[in-house]
Amino acid sequence: MPFLPVILWTDALIYLLLAAVALFVWYVRRHEHLRAPWWRVAQSPAAMSALVVLAAFVAVGLLDSVHFRLALPPAAGTQAGRAAPVNVAYAVDVKSVLDLLLSSLANRPERTYSAPLATHAYAKETVAYPAKDGNPARQLRDYPRLKYGGAHLRDPQRDWRADVLLTGFRGVALALPLWLLGSIALVAACTSAQQAVSGEFWRALWRGQTELPWRSILVALALLLLLVVPVALLSARYHVLGTDKVGLDVLYLSLKSVRTALVIGTLTTLVMLPFSVLLGIMAGYLRGVVDDIIQYFYTTLNSIPGVLLIAAGVLVLQVYIETHPDSFPTSAQRADFRLLWLCIILGITSWTGLCRLLRGEALKLRELEYVQAAQAFGVSQWRIMSRHILPNLMHIVLISVVMDFSGLVLAEAVLSYVGVGVDPSMISFGTMINAARLEMGREPMVWWSLASAFVFMLALVLAANLFADAVRDAFDPRVRVGAGKLRFARTQA
Amino acid sequence: MSAYIVRRAIYAVFILIGVNLITFALFFKVNTPDDMARLQLGVKYVTPGAIAKWKAERGYDKPLLYNQAATGRHKFTDTIYFEKSLEMFRFNFGRADDGRDIAYEISTRMWPSLALALPVFLVGMLLQITFALMMAFFRATYIDFWGVVLCVLMMSISGLFYIIGGQYLISKLWNLVPISGYATGFDALKFLALPVAVGVIGGIGSGARWYRTIFLEEVGKDYVRTARAKGLSEVVVFFRHVLRNALIPILTGAVVAIPLLFMGSLVAESFFGIPGLGSYTIEAIQAQDFAVVRSMVFIGSVLYILGLLLTDISYTLVDPRVRFE
Amino acid sequence: MSALLEIKDLKTWLDSSGGTVRAIDGISLEVARGETFAIVGESGCGKSMTALSVLRLLPEAGQIVGGAVLLGGEDLLCLPEAAMRGVRGRRIAMIFQEPATSLNPVLTVGRQIAEVLERHTALRGEPMRKRMLELLQAVGIPDPARRLGEFSFQLSGGMKQRVMIAVALAAGPDLLIADEPTTALDVTIQAQVLDLLSDLQRDSGMAILLITHDLGVVAQMAHKVAVMYAGQIIEVATRAQFFGEPRHPYSRKLFEALPGSERRGGELAVIRGQVPPLTTGFRGCRFAERCDWAWERCHAEVPGLTAGSDGHLVRCHLYDGAQAVKSESEIAARGPAAGDDSDAGRSAPPGAALLSVRELKVHFAIRKGLFKRSVGQVRAVDGMSLDIAAGRTLALVGESGCGKTTAGKAILQLIRPSAGSVQFEGQELTSLRGGALRRRRADFQLIFQDPYASLNPRMRIADILAEGMQALHVADSGAERAARMDRMLAQVGLNAEAKLRYPHEFSGGQRQRVAIARALAVKPKLIVCDEPTSALDVSVQAQILNLLKQLQRDLGLAYLFITHNIAVVEYLAHEVAVMYLGRIVERGSVGAVLRTPKHPYTQALLSAVPTLDQTGERKIIRLSGELPSPANPPPGCHFHPRCPQAMAACRLNYPDAVNVGDSHEVSCLLYTAS
Repeated sequence: MPFLPVILWTDALIYLLLAAVALFVWYVRRHEHLRAPWWRVAQSPAAMSALVVLAAFVAVGLLDSVHFRLALPPAAGTQAGRAAPVNVAYAVDVKSVLDLLLSSLANRPERTYSAPLATHAYAKETVAYPAKDGNPARQLRDYPRLKYGGAHLRDPQRDWRADVLLTGFRGVALALPLWLLGSIALVAACTSAQQAVSGEFWRALWRGQTELPWRSILVALALLLLLVVPVALLSARYHVLGTDKVGLDVLYLSLKSVRTALVIGTLTTLVMLPFSVLLGIMAGYLRGVVDDIIQYFYTTLNSIPGVLLIAAGVLVLQVYIETHPDSFPTSAQRADFRLLWLCIILGITSWTGLCRLLRGEALKLRELEYVQAAQAFGVSQWRIMSRHILPNLMHIVLISVVMDFSGLVLAEAVLSYVGVGVDPSMISFGTMINAARLEMGREPMVWWSLASAFVFMLALVLAANLFADAVRDAFDPRVRVGAGKLRFARTQA
Repeated sequence: MSAYIVRRAIYAVFILIGVNLITFALFFKVNTPDDMARLQLGVKYVTPGAIAKWKAERGYDKPLLYNQAATGRHKFTDTIYFEKSLEMFRFNFGRADDGRDIAYEISTRMWPSLALALPVFLVGMLLQITFALMMAFFRATYIDFWGVVLCVLMMSISGLFYIIGGQYLISKLWNLVPISGYATGFDALKFLALPVAVGVIGGIGSGARWYRTIFLEEVGKDYVRTARAKGLSEVVVFFRHVLRNALIPILTGAVVAIPLLFMGSLVAESFFGIPGLGSYTIEAIQAQDFAVVRSMVFIGSVLYILGLLLTDISYTLVDPRVRFE
Repeated sequence: MSALLEIKDLKTWLDSSGGTVRAIDGISLEVARGETFAIVGESGCGKSMTALSVLRLLPEAGQIVGGAVLLGGEDLLCLPEAAMRGVRGRRIAMIFQEPATSLNPVLTVGRQIAEVLERHTALRGEPMRKRMLELLQAVGIPDPARRLGEFSFQLSGGMKQRVMIAVALAAGPDLLIADEPTTALDVTIQAQVLDLLSDLQRDSGMAILLITHDLGVVAQMAHKVAVMYAGQIIEVATRAQFFGEPRHPYSRKLFEALPGSERRGGELAVIRGQVPPLTTGFRGCRFAERCDWAWERCHAEVPGLTAGSDGHLVRCHLYDGAQAVKSESEIAARGPAAGDDSDAGRSAPPGAALLSVRELKVHFAIRKGLFKRSVGQVRAVDGMSLDIAAGRTLALVGESGCGKTTAGKAILQLIRPSAGSVQFEGQELTSLRGGALRRRRADFQLIFQDPYASLNPRMRIADILAEGMQALHVADSGAERAARMDRMLAQVGLNAEAKLRYPHEFSGGQRQRVAIARALAVKPKLIVCDEPTSALDVSVQAQILNLLKQLQRDLGLAYLFITHNIAVVEYLAHEVAVMYLGRIVERGSVGAVLRTPKHPYTQALLSAVPTLDQTGERKIIRLSGELPSPANPPPGCHFHPRCPQAMAACRLNYPDAVNVGDSHEVSCLLYTAS
């Protein structure tokens, strides 16, 4: 086999999450009353545009969650004539599908910093010029040419601008037909599903009067394609976002950070969700001693400052990893285990809020008449909790999961900065910012790492926030504020 | 009412004992002193002798809970739990790895922390409430819509970028204030101006949006309709009725954070080089100084529990419904 | 009398997710100075929207799209907002249905009254305070000086509504809009508040626009009546005309749907179908689909509001144009045959007791102080005894807070009683535990007040019905269960296809039917009905009452009917027990207790119920004060502080029950002494 599949802990949990989401979607599709609020989400232009962006991030994250170890080429000593060796040796480093796709980015390291789209390094070095045209060989302090960035240009000073613009335009020229093709396919699919006339559908689409906000979705898609395709073309020959201290492509780092952010944002809530739901419902429904104990438990946990608890937890983990080196054969596995642990610790510090919320709501629900009706039938308490309380709390759980996501992504950056975040070897927005921060004092400033992390995080978190807002509006009956302003329009008779 | 407060205070003590036990378990049981020593001394080249010496220097060589070898009450007092965990209730935190007295460090470092955190808290809260009030007053107009958009945008930016951006713009580009550092007395102003501004701006987005929903919930209540039916102007309705009711959850919700202001902010203090408890904590975490981290966990919990107690008290003061129960 | 308020062709629309709701679709009316004009109608007919439109206080989704509202000749809809604020509170004041939420919880009573005076009068300082005291005195609040500094949560419901009235009256308005002012209050308190409104009107000469669903309140208060249906006024008449001869088929049906003693034997009239959605346009009469008299013209042509010779306005084709019918007999002939008044509904005479409750007590501990020691007890139910025979209905009557709901739950063992015995078919329930109790639960079931809260919104009707059967092992196989479900649904008048739907797809009345089917599915012998119709409109209430009666006839069910509605008792019950502060003060057959009430409380309660009867001069016995707290009941007879006939002896001991004839028992010293 040319590769050995590796399933990291977080990979497994991500697959589990995917399966759960798929199951949830299937379940929701079959229940009309569950479908209705999602339909409201789907009708929000902001949410659907955000979803396009989120989908792009999720795609990157998922590609980065299929891991394997490549087989090493057979050692030089083995003879070609013999049967293939039984034991194939595999490379030590764990790769993902994303790494393969981005191998052109990952495998073109420069020596150190270079600015976005640069052809020359950021700092002067002693450059050796060979003898040429009668000039003797000499050494000068100069900005050296980059090994890969813009290496195809004969005379960077003359050709660079034209080449970058041309490549950019080629990207745009490629993106537009792609988008148009997508739009036509979409309209075809929609009109055939609704048996509508395609001309009418186009008109409705243009005016933004379709039932789902297809116009906004297509605009978001267009912007996304117009950004992605030119960047993809440019990145084949340049470091579009520059390189970092050790010469790694910043675009590659940014894309790799996406998975870390997504894992922290989703798995953290997921890991603790069963506990907060179970304990919250039990406290609210059973009351009495159970309630007292659970309340004491979460108040105590809550009173330990979150960052410090996380710090303590991570220190504990560090000790564990150092003392059990055998359990972690590769550095990727070690980093992954630390990531998982970070999710768990973050979960422990953040589950209490949801638990308290659910407890309060369960206290209200238990007084409702349908619960009393079930009690009058002698239905068991577990059954009442699972059939009557839980389903009527699910919207709160859902809202809290989507609302927490962006906060957790932001928290990762801060924690990594503090030194209790992900493993320093793991690529994340936090480690990117942390590394870049040290170069703030340089003249001229090395801004591109920071800027990339900023733009990627902003896009991810903003999209998540917009989507979460729409979800909350659709599911929370309390926040539905009247759409129309208090108007006083009057037709004079 | 006073019985209620006393009961809450007793409850607080129980919570504190719980916290104490959890931290003890975390720092001495899950993670034994041997592990700590190994981590500090370097895993590879450590000898049992070095570990023993390291432990003896810090007093970690005693039994955890019960000292068989000692006599009388020393069976209990001559233990790690008593000396390292119970002593914290007397604010005796022992010494840090650099030999300094932790209690003394805390007592000097909490003031710079407070000097930064208190203005951020007060000014931030005022601005958040003002913006929220504005959005709620002009609800369902463009002011509200774009206000919310701005809030969402602002809360989507990591706090780190506010700091970095502020330092770059104000200090580096415009040279208005020093990038980092701290001084005592009036000189502190020029060092604190930027961190305070950054802290305030960083918190506006989420705060204003949250308060807006509280205001809007209050606007929908029946008594607001009654107030309008009296012929009161929208401004009076808003400030006398809505604001007053909405401030109860807002203020009592904020009270819990007041004692924690002493703890300072980890990130801002370390970025701006302010010698407060936040930067102290970060340094301790990075140097893996367990004694300091343990002390900070305890102090933080005490302050939070104090905040909970203050919340209970503030409810009885602010809300007539609770006051007269 | 010149018109004070004149509404001309007012149209108010609401934006909703389902489209534009034409909540008010062109209504016109005139309110004269000093008169009480009642708008009556069922929920959703647009009567509250009318009130809010007059004051221009619509919710944010609402919008007045046409018409005029003239106050003393001036069109309020043309006023700038600032001028309109001068009208609100000063010339038109309003009181709302829920006094509990309509007062600001964090401002003192005084502050909330002062606000109006500061806004609309020149009074300040001491004169203002004097005026505030006068106002509180005028609305009958004792010790006004103390009350000024109190908050609304310190007042009882009736007191809150009095404060609301004081706030409304502060600036001496010309018109008071009262939107369901007594719906949230108990009958005896309702009587006090209605009296107060009449007195204030007599003294100040203000007009009242009274909005209500209760025909009894209208009969007591109104000079003129307008009936609203689906956003339109369909009938306007004086009180005498309206109650003497309601003309619109809808109005007639409303009267016939009212329960009461005179309809005991037969069925109540029901209005079939539902109010049409107001999002669509109408081609014909809005009531045509539900009307027994409708013919082609009703479906094709919108009727106008036409006046009879006596000024009685009706929006009905029966009364206009060439086809107008004039005589009563002609109208009767067009309609269906009136229901026969045979007494077939009467069940068999009482047999052995199915349920027998003795000295039932439910006490809740009040915990206070440092260690939450029990410092006292709320005696929610304090020694109650009753019997119900199979196939009979016992009504448990009382005002809110008297403990009747707690008693119901304690009988079903949903709350464990503190003392006393509950025997069902001779078996003691209070000592049953676990599985033994669960098996018994099939015999006694429960129907709730709020049909919107009693069905889990996340479960299909089939699952809701199956839950009890599964838990109690009634019809264990799937097929059996499905068959039983269909039968139950048919029995309560629903289609079998309802099984696959969710509760939100049903109206309030239909939900209540589902709730009844759920209870029936486990074959109970006794059903405790806790105010099952009080959240429903009159016409829907009639359907449910008919259904309950029919089920009793067919299945021999016994009901413990908990209610505050005397008319429902008269219609449905065989026996009555009147409850006051945790104890039963009087019980006996419906005829005996309701015709010849003995206990002073029962007498006062019955006299406070507004009736439609316009003939006899009714004497209402006014009760002073309000229900005392069950945590601290008065010594001796609980009722003596409010009793008009209290004697010295009443303070000493709680009177024992005395038989005053034919199993009619009273706990009152008036009858012990004699």
